Amino acid sequence: MNDTSEPHVAPEPLAKTDGTQDEQQPMVLFEEVQKSYDGESLVVKNLNLSVAKGEFLTMLGPSGSGKTTCLMMVAGFEAATHGEIYLDGRPINSVPPHKRGIGMVFQNYALFPHMTIAENLAFPLQVRGVNKADAEKKVQRALDMVQMGEGGFHGRRPAQLSGGQQQRVALARALVFEPELVLMDEPLGALDKQLREHMQLEIKHIHESLGVTVIYVTHDQGEALTMSDRIAVFNDGVIQQLAPPEVLYEKPENAFVAQFIGENNTLHGKMRSVNDGIARVELTDGEHVQALAINAGPGERTQLSIRPERVEIDPDESVTDHTVTGRVEEVIYLGDHIRTRMTVAGNSDFVVKTRNRLGARRFKPGEKVRVGWATEDCRALDHSA
Amino acid sequence: MKKILVLTGSAIAIAAGAAIAQDKELTIVSWGGAYSQSQIKAYHEPYTEKTGVQILNEDKSANALAGIRSQVEAGNVTWDVVDMLQADAQRACDEGLVLEIDHDEWLAPAPDGTPASEDFIEGTLGPCFIPQILYATMFAYNTEAFEGEGPQTIEDVWDLEKFPGTRALQQIPQKNLEWALIADGVDADQVYEVLATQEGQDRAFAKLDEIKDNVIWWTEGAQPPQMLADQEAVIATAYNGRIFNAQVNEDQPFEIMWDHQMFETDGWVVPVDTGNVDTIKDYLYFATDSQRLADQAKYISYGPARNSSASLVGNHAETGVDMKPHMPTSPENLETAIPFDVQFWADYGDALEERFNAWVAG
Amino acid sequence: MASRERAPKQELLAADGTPLKAALRRSQTVERRRAFMLVAPLLFFLLIVFVVPIIAMMWRSVYNPEIRNYLPQTAAALQDWEGQDVPPEPVFQAMAADMIVGVENRTIGRAAARINREIPGARSTVMRTARQVDEWSAPYREKFIEADEDWTNIEFWRILKRESRVVTPTYYLLAVDYEYSSEGEIVPRSEVYQVYKQLFWRTAWMSVFITALCVMLAYPISYMLATQPTRIANLLLILVLLPFWTSLLVRTSAWIVLLQQQGVINELLVALNIIDETGRLRMIYNRTGTIVAMTHILLPFMVLPLYSVMKTIPPSYLRAAKSLGAHPFRAWWRVYFPLTIPGLAAGCILVFILAIGYYITPALVGGDSGIFISNLIAQNMQGSSAQLKLAAALATILLVAVLFIYWLFNRLVGVDKLKFG
Repeated sequence: MNDTSEPHVAPEPLAKTDGTQDEQQPMVLFEEVQKSYDGESLVVKNLNLSVAKGEFLTMLGPSGSGKTTCLMMVAGFEAATHGEIYLDGRPINSVPPHKRGIGMVFQNYALFPHMTIAENLAFPLQVRGVNKADAEKKVQRALDMVQMGEGGFHGRRPAQLSGGQQQRVALARALVFEPELVLMDEPLGALDKQLREHMQLEIKHIHESLGVTVIYVTHDQGEALTMSDRIAVFNDGVIQQLAPPEVLYEKPENAFVAQFIGENNTLHGKMRSVNDGIARVELTDGEHVQALAINAGPGERTQLSIRPERVEIDPDESVTDHTVTGRVEEVIYLGDHIRTRMTVAGNSDFVVKTRNRLGARRFKPGEKVRVGWATEDCRALDHSA
Repeated sequence: MKKILVLTGSAIAIAAGAAIAQDKELTIVSWGGAYSQSQIKAYHEPYTEKTGVQILNEDKSANALAGIRSQVEAGNVTWDVVDMLQADAQRACDEGLVLEIDHDEWLAPAPDGTPASEDFIEGTLGPCFIPQILYATMFAYNTEAFEGEGPQTIEDVWDLEKFPGTRALQQIPQKNLEWALIADGVDADQVYEVLATQEGQDRAFAKLDEIKDNVIWWTEGAQPPQMLADQEAVIATAYNGRIFNAQVNEDQPFEIMWDHQMFETDGWVVPVDTGNVDTIKDYLYFATDSQRLADQAKYISYGPARNSSASLVGNHAETGVDMKPHMPTSPENLETAIPFDVQFWADYGDALEERFNAWVAG
Repeated sequence: MASRERAPKQELLAADGTPLKAALRRSQTVERRRAFMLVAPLLFFLLIVFVVPIIAMMWRSVYNPEIRNYLPQTAAALQDWEGQDVPPEPVFQAMAADMIVGVENRTIGRAAARINREIPGARSTVMRTARQVDEWSAPYREKFIEADEDWTNIEFWRILKRESRVVTPTYYLLAVDYEYSSEGEIVPRSEVYQVYKQLFWRTAWMSVFITALCVMLAYPISYMLATQPTRIANLLLILVLLPFWTSLLVRTSAWIVLLQQQGVINELLVALNIIDETGRLRMIYNRTGTIVAMTHILLPFMVLPLYSVMKTIPPSYLRAAKSLGAHPFRAWWRVYFPLTIPGLAAGCILVFILAIGYYITPALVGGDSGIFISNLIAQNMQGSSAQLKLAAALATILLVAVLFIYWLFNRLVGVDKLKFG
């Protein structure tokens, strides 16, 4: 349990009597939520999480980590085994899905194949009793928003659209009835890489312009970093860390997050001492390095995390605090940068990324070099592996 | 050239005479079940033993007329001898589908030398038809269904108050219309005369109307004994052999009501254009002699069609029951019997069947 | 294609110098021949066992050769007869000549049976006279009439004249309960003979009813099958299919045991004092029996297509509809139900078309009020040759009705959209 980065606001009284919208009121609040399917194991363990209004929050994690279950509990398709979920201050455990007023984009879009695009979009309006003329306007506006307003898409069936177009329609359908909260369950998973990246930005822009709250589930960390205000990293039914993307990347709080987000070099060692937040760590090959003490105490085994782009080869003493020895194993030329794989302190997968700038030195496999980094870039975390 | 072939052929035939006889086959079509079994025991097995001719038994007699018709029309006759009802045989004969038979040439005389044409029970031989058995259709009832005595006459069958319960009748107009007229008071010997008139037909259907709500219909001969056993019906029309079988072999508490039983014959016809006439004649000569017909009665309680067979009828092959009183031809069973009129039904069958179907469905 | 348009005169050549189009055609011909060879056995099989017999059956329903072929001289002589009075001597002379030939060839019975179809009893008249006629000599008219009064029956001669055509609609008229009056007009048959129209109608509505029952029973079952985990679904599916693998007769007999008056259900009701001994329900040998047994027998034909379609509908559709604000029932009706229509339609057409031609079950448990048109077809098929032709006419009407329903279905639902499983 590391859900400590942002203590959540205590739940409001169940019903607000004055009817005013409190700006501090979270859009969604999980309070000690647990979920079990079989009565033996928990897929979601004692979850506390608050999502602010207008926030884009991503639930990121490997499959089976509990993130989709959390989303389904908000949507109402799964019931919490224990605990309460609040939507804009109202407990919703006993509210059926169709009364929650939450927009949702499904993994495979779930566009109704027997309805035209226009009918698909009009569906949520129809069930809400919106009159035809208004509905048409709203449908047009929603399609315009996803750039499908032109081109005669209204009368087509989902099967006649490309994957990207279907995705846009699904998005438009989730937004057309102007929900305050939109849930997205891996909506870009079925698209190719280029389209996916394009859609990421588009969704982000729509979010920004509409100001809706979005809870987004994905297992793609790049996607999460691109789009989110905050990311909740799930593993094993627990939020490992909840933080904005840059914090998550630069200041992972445990080994799982460090490994899961971005590329990461790990060095194993034992923490000798901690002094003013700076730890001395003895690596497996006996070398001593300094690191920020994050998640391990003196005498404990620890895992050091250093991002590949923060490692310097043959560094200037002024930049790095100290250096260790490394042996070059492989040099991979990638155009804009060069990846050098080397063995450092027994880890043969230690990668260094260097910009391919003018005059950059190329190393040869087998060459011995010195590598170094700044102490604040090296984080001493729990020893998970 | 041709001559040489013929000569060679006959030489081979002589040399391999026995082997060819072994290879000979007859396809005989009959009704299946216990009836076919009785024929196999009484006719087929002894014949095969005697001559080596193999006999294939096909259980297709229920569709015999349609079958012969389609085989003859297609020019591909595979049936050699067919067991069929006399009425159907009459139709087949009229349509030229079966061979005309010279009875004294084809059939064995009685042991005392009486020619076949005089030995068979009068009126049973047809121009294309050799009868084997007389069978009766009559009412039978389950004795457990009635407190006292069961129904004794056709009038009783129509008496729903005295004998309440369901009646099972065969889903054909034949015999039902005759009995309806008897129940309505028509004399047995005038039944067909009355039934040939519009008023007589109306009268018969009106009489059937009286019990229609208490009738269930059967189509297969195996059904009525089952319906009686289940007490799904308390009185049923049935073939006497089926009831005998249930009485003797299954120990069912059934009683046959011989009053106004209707007997008809069942026997052999030979489709035209079959290739095997000599073998067929040989088989029929053997299978329809007095002893063979009497033998069949050891296995099933149908009366042999030859007068000379009557005295040869013995006991049931398995149970040892004396078969004579169970024969539809035994004198006390024949007292009020009506011979089924094949000619009448050949003339009026189409029309009455249609009317009957309309009446049943309505 | 484009290059051909640009340079229409210059033909493209294949590697060996032949025109490319010719080479293509040749390679396709081989392909096509191969494809044909693959389907040829089935095509041939279908042609022999299916198409030819059906055409033969349809031909039989209108084919009427008896009088033209077996009484040819009489038919010719009757052409000049006005139909008002007993025909003159030449007609009788022709009849006598035809009879002598007919007795010789054993064909007179067929002509007699044909006339008997129209006038019951005429068969005997013709056969009796035919056996004597070779002993007579001209003039014949008096001798015929002397031998049998029926020869003065004008209706008899009118029918002979009318039915001397080789193709006749007579059997189709009979099949819809009409007939020719003695004046040759088409009139409804006497009420006591009317049965076929009623049976067609009953067959249709009972089939619709059975189909509806199958839908009502199969839809929830299929839905459950489709939404259960595969392991349980397979087990349940086997239970649904189990009756499929048992003999039709066994299943039908099982219903007899259950439903008859001394059967399991009645015994149970009596034992529970719901009905008394005398009030036992008649649930078999009538309409109820047919409906119950046939619904059971045809149920798998509804379940299978429904199940196979439902299995392909992801649960996310229903969830999507609910998340968009639709009440669960509305979500089901607007989203789930329309998606099951291909399976539902396939099931309905399968069950309905199977039901409409069903024979054995109504025969065994239908009694009188529960039999179908096919039972009457079967009955007629075992009768005289005239009845056989009536059966052919009835069967042709049934076939056309089925094709029409199929066509209608295609118009309404679209056969290409059906999913049979």
